Amino acid sequence: MINIYYMLFLKIVKCTLEYTMVTMISFPLAQLKTGESAALVDFAGGRGVIGRLTSLGFTPGVEITMAQNSGNGPLIVSLRGARVALGRMEAQKILVQRSDA
Amino acid sequence: MKLISTHTAPHFKEEKPEVKTALIALAGQPNTGKSTLFNLLTGLNQHVGNWPGKTVEQRQGSFYLGERKVNLVDLPGTYSLTANSPEEIITREFILRDHPDVVVAVISAASLERSLYLVAELIALPTPLVIALNMVDVAEQEGLHVEADVLQAAIGIPVVPITATRALGINELLQVVMRTLEGQTMPAARLPEIRADHRHALNQIMDIISGYVPSPYPTDWAALKLLEGDAEITQIMQTGLPAEKWVAVHDVLRDHDDAMLAVASGRYEWVGRMVRAAVARPRPGQISMTERLDRWATRPVSGLVVLAIVLGVVFGLTFTVGAPMQSWLESQVVARLASAATSALAAFPHWVSSLVVDGMIEGVGSVLTFLPILAIFFAAFGFLEDIGYMARAAFVMDNFMHLMGLHGRSFLPLFLGFGCNVPSVMGTRVIDSKQARLLTILVSPFMPCTARMAVVAFLAPAFFGNYATVVSLGLVVFSLVILMLNGILLNKIIFKGQRSAFIMEMPLYTLPNWRTIGMLVWQRSLSFVQKAGTIILVLSMAVWALSRLPGGDLQHSFLAGFGKFMEPVGRIMGLDWRLTVALLTSFVAKENAIATLGVVFGSGHTENLAQTLAAAFSPASGLAFLTASMLFIPCAATVAVIRQETGSWRWTALNLGLMLVVSIVASSLVYNLARLLGG
Repeated sequence: MINIYYMLFLKIVKCTLEYTMVTMISFPLAQLKTGESAALVDFAGGRGVIGRLTSLGFTPGVEITMAQNSGNGPLIVSLRGARVALGRMEAQKILVQRSDA
Repeated sequence: MKLISTHTAPHFKEEKPEVKTALIALAGQPNTGKSTLFNLLTGLNQHVGNWPGKTVEQRQGSFYLGERKVNLVDLPGTYSLTANSPEEIITREFILRDHPDVVVAVISAASLERSLYLVAELIALPTPLVIALNMVDVAEQEGLHVEADVLQAAIGIPVVPITATRALGINELLQVVMRTLEGQTMPAARLPEIRADHRHALNQIMDIISGYVPSPYPTDWAALKLLEGDAEITQIMQTGLPAEKWVAVHDVLRDHDDAMLAVASGRYEWVGRMVRAAVARPRPGQISMTERLDRWATRPVSGLVVLAIVLGVVFGLTFTVGAPMQSWLESQVVARLASAATSALAAFPHWVSSLVVDGMIEGVGSVLTFLPILAIFFAAFGFLEDIGYMARAAFVMDNFMHLMGLHGRSFLPLFLGFGCNVPSVMGTRVIDSKQARLLTILVSPFMPCTARMAVVAFLAPAFFGNYATVVSLGLVVFSLVILMLNGILLNKIIFKGQRSAFIMEMPLYTLPNWRTIGMLVWQRSLSFVQKAGTIILVLSMAVWALSRLPGGDLQHSFLAGFGKFMEPVGRIMGLDWRLTVALLTSFVAKENAIATLGVVFGSGHTENLAQTLAAAFSPASGLAFLTASMLFIPCAATVAVIRQETGSWRWTALNLGLMLVVSIVASSLVYNLARLLGG
């Protein structure tokens, strides 16, 4: 019985920790500057969009390099050896974190 | 042994019962050269249609492979097989329901990692698979070396390197396909697995649904698609499962709401293993050709300059090459045909020759004379798509097109509308989202095409003298503003302001493949002549009948009667019945408005006509008439292609209704405003 509570406690701690980690050091892909790289952490968006993104190679952990980000309008990233254009709205919903962090 | 025989077999051979047939499907992601391979295998022996009940293009063809007659189906280009789009559903339903004997998966060596993702999905389906590793040459240019035999050993499925653009490796590919048809397969393919932390959930779902999965879906595949949150399979299983079973499935899914990512990650882990085995890494720091070109083509300022130059060249070509061909066809072919028909039919009553000459030949002629211009636009379009520039133009114009709830992809098709609305509507095929495509089709007839501008160029000098240029320019800007307003409005009302996400692959730049471009021009032109041609013929004969019956002349025809009946509406716009009738006949072809005015004013000479009109009508009426002709329902050819591309008379009718209302409202406003301002 105590074992179950202990497991539950551990799970809560783990989740909280993961959540804080993610929110503290992750930021939207749209903020990445041209030439910088980051790793994908999570998505904040609807299922349909995520489905299209994953089929183009956007999965957790993948290394994304910003090929062109002019500050407004769409941007170009390169990942898995291919270049993909994203609307700024979509890039706001992809959370990344610096690879060296 | 020569495996591929060009299709010269006599017709009866196909009827012989001993001819074995095989069904082969080509699958692949966009930009992998799938169409090039398809064209190479089938040559001209192919036909284009739509998938049943869908507006997605279906291409089928046939060729002989040894003794076998192969029916080849080109499946739509898709990145995955999850129900994100109609293309993806078509692809997987075809493989599961039509049981092709072999599926050839075309992948690009230049973007191996991404294009193998589709293979990771295809391999899970119960179908014999052969992989065609295309674009080996492009990959080498980018500094990537892919070892096909290593890839074959790693996946456990035959991999054949080919270069479709130069027809290299095709016989080897066909030999492997033939061996697969004869049942020689590799021992066992290595399948991708779901990420370890979700393996248990997958097994749970498989246990629950086993025995309830409707054919043709395999149980393990359906379980995986449920975890992926595939909308279609979820719906099928929800209706197929007993209630308590569905609750159990739902519980598992709720506990694993990130399962979609786990499935995709599992596939990419599999892909990663294959790529690591088979690819010699590029030299670091090497800047690819594509990157270097994109420094110009996609940057905010230089991108616009490049786009302007490209558009300039396209239109330059149209007017230097297309326009002379058009007038040659008009004077040498159509006019000669008309006079030949007139003399041949001299013995018959006048109405017979009039039906043939003014009804049929005029209608067919308007199709024929437009073909050179259409072909040039199709060629330019196909060229830009083939070399990879289309995606760049879309990228550069994306911000601007957002104003209308559209994406950059809609820009080029719309822009072609300046030349002619027909290629504009047909060009919307490059737009991947169905909704954005429909919206683009609905606004494209508002583009001021050359035929409308011809009417303006003829009448504006007579009415406005020195101000003709200003007025003409004003009319163009006014049309574009109306187009934008309609885009915003339609997007708000019909599509509830939804905008599908802008996610677009930027393909590598490649050298143009003339066979692919030529095939595109040929097919588009053919489908325009065949489908649109019949509709145009019927419509132009209907207008002919209405303008001749019952008396034989326009002044006392049904059309004139209708024009007089509509005069109250016309008067709000400052038009009398003659101008209204001119507007109505512009339906056959926009420039007909002038010919009609010539008939009703009894002046055959065009230079007098403009003066006569300027004397008969106030400048306010003239301006209102020009406004109306810019916005009035599009010509019959455009209507025909709108019907063809939307696949629905309802959308076509809605589009015509919209333009009718807009043209009446806008020209009434223009007329009354112009009068108020003392015109």
